[in-house]
Amino acid sequence: MALQTQPGTRPGRGTAPGTAVVPRARTNTFSALLHRHPRLRLAGLLTAPAGWLVLVYVAALAALLITALWTVDTFTGKVTQSWTLANVVQVVTDPVYQIITLRTLWIALAVTVIDMVIALPISFFIAKVATERWQKLLVVAVLMPLWASYLVKAYAWRNVLAEGGLLEWLGTPLGLHSPGYSETAVILTLSYIWLPYMILPIHAGFERVPDSLLEASGDLGAKPWTTMRLVMLPILVPSIIAGTIFTFSLSLGDYITAQIVGGTTQMLGTVVYANVGAANNLPFASAVSLIPIAIVMIYLFVVRRTGALENL
Amino acid sequence: MGPKKSLKVAGALAVAALALSACGTSGGGTSGGGNAVAKTSIGDGEGQVSILAWPGYVEDGSNDPKVNWVKPFEEQTGCKVSFKPFGTSDEAVTLMRTGQYDVISASGDASLRLIAGGDVQPVNVGLLKNYADVYPFLKDKAWNTVDGKNYGMPHGWGANVLMYRTDKVSPAPTSWSSVFTDAGKNAGKVTAYDSPIYIADAALYLMKHKPELGIKNPYALDKDQLAAAVSLLKDQRKNVGEYWNDVVKSVQSFASGGTVIGTTWQVGANIAKADGAKVETVLPEEGATGWSDTWMIGAKTKNPNCSYKWLDYIASPKANAQVAEYFGESPANPLACALTEDKNHCATYHSGDASYADKIWYWTTPVATCLDGRKDTTCTDYSEWTKAWTEIKG
Amino acid sequence: MRLSRSAKSVLGVLTALVLLFIYGPLLLVVVNSFNADRTFGWPPKGFTLEWWGRAFESEGVRQALMASLGVAVVSTAVSLVLGTLLSLALQRYKFFGRDVVNLLVILPIALPGIVTGIALNNMFTTILGVSLSMWTVIIAHATFCMVTVFNNVIARLRRMNGGLEEASFDLGAGVFTTFRLVTFPQLRSALLAGGLLAFALSFDEIIVTTFTIGAGETTLPIWILQNLFRPNQAPVVNVVAVVLILVSIVPIWLAQRLSADSVGVGAGRDGAGRAAKATAG
Repeated sequence: MALQTQPGTRPGRGTAPGTAVVPRARTNTFSALLHRHPRLRLAGLLTAPAGWLVLVYVAALAALLITALWTVDTFTGKVTQSWTLANVVQVVTDPVYQIITLRTLWIALAVTVIDMVIALPISFFIAKVATERWQKLLVVAVLMPLWASYLVKAYAWRNVLAEGGLLEWLGTPLGLHSPGYSETAVILTLSYIWLPYMILPIHAGFERVPDSLLEASGDLGAKPWTTMRLVMLPILVPSIIAGTIFTFSLSLGDYITAQIVGGTTQMLGTVVYANVGAANNLPFASAVSLIPIAIVMIYLFVVRRTGALENL
Repeated sequence: MGPKKSLKVAGALAVAALALSACGTSGGGTSGGGNAVAKTSIGDGEGQVSILAWPGYVEDGSNDPKVNWVKPFEEQTGCKVSFKPFGTSDEAVTLMRTGQYDVISASGDASLRLIAGGDVQPVNVGLLKNYADVYPFLKDKAWNTVDGKNYGMPHGWGANVLMYRTDKVSPAPTSWSSVFTDAGKNAGKVTAYDSPIYIADAALYLMKHKPELGIKNPYALDKDQLAAAVSLLKDQRKNVGEYWNDVVKSVQSFASGGTVIGTTWQVGANIAKADGAKVETVLPEEGATGWSDTWMIGAKTKNPNCSYKWLDYIASPKANAQVAEYFGESPANPLACALTEDKNHCATYHSGDASYADKIWYWTTPVATCLDGRKDTTCTDYSEWTKAWTEIKG
Repeated sequence: MRLSRSAKSVLGVLTALVLLFIYGPLLLVVVNSFNADRTFGWPPKGFTLEWWGRAFESEGVRQALMASLGVAVVSTAVSLVLGTLLSLALQRYKFFGRDVVNLLVILPIALPGIVTGIALNNMFTTILGVSLSMWTVIIAHATFCMVTVFNNVIARLRRMNGGLEEASFDLGAGVFTTFRLVTFPQLRSALLAGGLLAFALSFDEIIVTTFTIGAGETTLPIWILQNLFRPNQAPVVNVVAVVLILVSIVPIWLAQRLSADSVGVGAGRDGAGRAAKATAG
């Protein structure tokens, strides 16, 4: 996730770590052993986290994918280990699931674009225009909603969008109408909820653009717009993509917001949830979940080369 | 990482996972509850019992200090209660399958799945002294009794009634046709329950209006009958503003006017009226679907004595009155009617009204063996209903 | 780049609008926590303090809050350790499968929560046969929280001056001493930022938690989910949300303070002026 702090802060304050008293050479043999053998050091560093990821997560995912090839005994509702492609075939060929997949993709893309359009100017303002005092306040202001519960925010939007709710109440004099509980409502609400996750990496990205570079560009005669397009944007691309990974994949798997403000809207998450809870059909739910897994994997693969994964 | 290497890694992992899961999953053998034997006596409590139930069925004062019927139970029996609520019958079944719970309050659309899966055990109702008082029309029913064996203590029941805004819908509806064939009159303002089990509501409507389909039981639909129900629901979908899955949500929409007509529970109507919404409910002429809950005991429970004690306790007049009133449904024990705070509670919920209860088709899990006794065809089961529901919502 | 006054004010107005967009619905939550109408009719017909009283009396809220704090603290601690180890390994060494590991750490957060949720549920209950509890929630949370620590730390490591560590070794300090006295102090603010986000992620997580939590246990989001379904409890949930927003100022403010005080050595390249603008969440 975003929000890398800039290394170091006020110059001239605090003590440099190097000034701490370093003990004389010790006869700690284990430490010495580690020092002499970098591979051993690597093994020490890597074993715990990589083991954790593989044993907990990769194993769980692999088991889930295999389950997609099994079926459920319709009488007892328990998983039977007879191999079949029926679930996967149905998910891929049934037009219902194609429509739901396209709708989910559309929602995730729309949310991502909306958040990007909102996050860019506000992050720029915070990082490059606002005075130092305001900067701090604004960062806090943007971060705070992150701590209000996801559910409460979704419910708040339910109230905002209700017939006769806040939006109509404020909007009617201006000729605005609430979209009601619909796909549009889902897009709006998700954009709202995930916005901070887009602002954070983009803001961090702007922070990394040196002011001197912008000044140089200006001195050489570039208009602000040109500077933005040719100097700033290329530096920002990885941060923007990092933000999109969050908004895109968080939206892609959502089903709770769809339930709260979606009216009749179904997303992929809705289908997975319905099949895993309802009917207890884990194999079919696994087959459906292959779709978002595939989409996210493809997306990660495409953006991998931009270096965005290092900016999350 | 080259694609070949990653494939190799993935392959190795897959094999490992396969080996792991092979030892974990049961090989599909059915350990049905059919051969299990009910207890013959209740011994001393084991000290604890874990309960899986609808929200509002097991209140220990943590939500509202004044609402607490767990404490008296703990004091009487020494069985400490831990409680997990669930939102839908489907979630309930999934959770119960984990084998972590001793007792569950199962609606009819969950109970048969649990019995078939061998997740619950037969209950010797002779050991439960409050069982004798329970309304006779709740005993020995398809959703709590299989092959003559009782599987639990009846709890509360209620109907999925039709609610409408008195100021927006006129004339007052008397038939479910107002949400099906005539739904266009309130286009975009109709609501429906968001669960595959709602297909039964459409089937019930077709049962009365399209006799040529030959539907005898809305939970026993063959392929053609299911298709007819699905197409009715797809037509309805065009006029639906919102599917609801929790009562408060549907009440909000009724109160704001986003919804003007649709199915709800009596408790929803009560909340809406208490908040001043102009709504009324009706049990339409076709009858209605509804729920009748049963307290059941897990097949692998380590606390059978405390479980029996809970089943008996929760049907006792005082506790039954508290639960029924808090949740908003009819109690199972008629003696509870005298102990509710609102003396009209049982009248409001038509508790002892057997003719009202007769018009209700209680939620039952659709299974392949037709519940209406047909032998010449197979019926659609719940997993097919689930997929059909996805298709209806589109 | 010199922006004209008008461009600056346009940006300022835009920012104000976005803040309005962010805080409008939150304000509604605050208002509704006093709304006398149980289903939040708008505009409110009357105001009441009843919900606030109930929230403070509610044992359920307190227990759920403590549980959430516990889960968030432990899973943050675990992800701090694992994330730091992983970032050191990936930044300092080139080895076979490095890219795979890099992708692996991102996957749990990039894949939809429901996929992670059912995968872990299936893993715990069906394959391993362990019963679900707070510990399974912690394991699940630590898995997807690791990435926030990892990313913050590795970004810092890239910008850090490796010469200091070498100097420390040359002066005879061991591997552990060097980490404790040289590396760690430079990582402190990155750990703080990563840890804080991990904490926030865990504290508000609902989907994965639903699938990994044990019988009879609730975290705060689960409590909220259950109580939004109850007519008399929904307004109490608003109170809880308001309190959460208010209380969240403390850790954010603390983070700003702490990160401003901890000094890294790698700042040089970015220039002192930039470094002074350091922000943290």
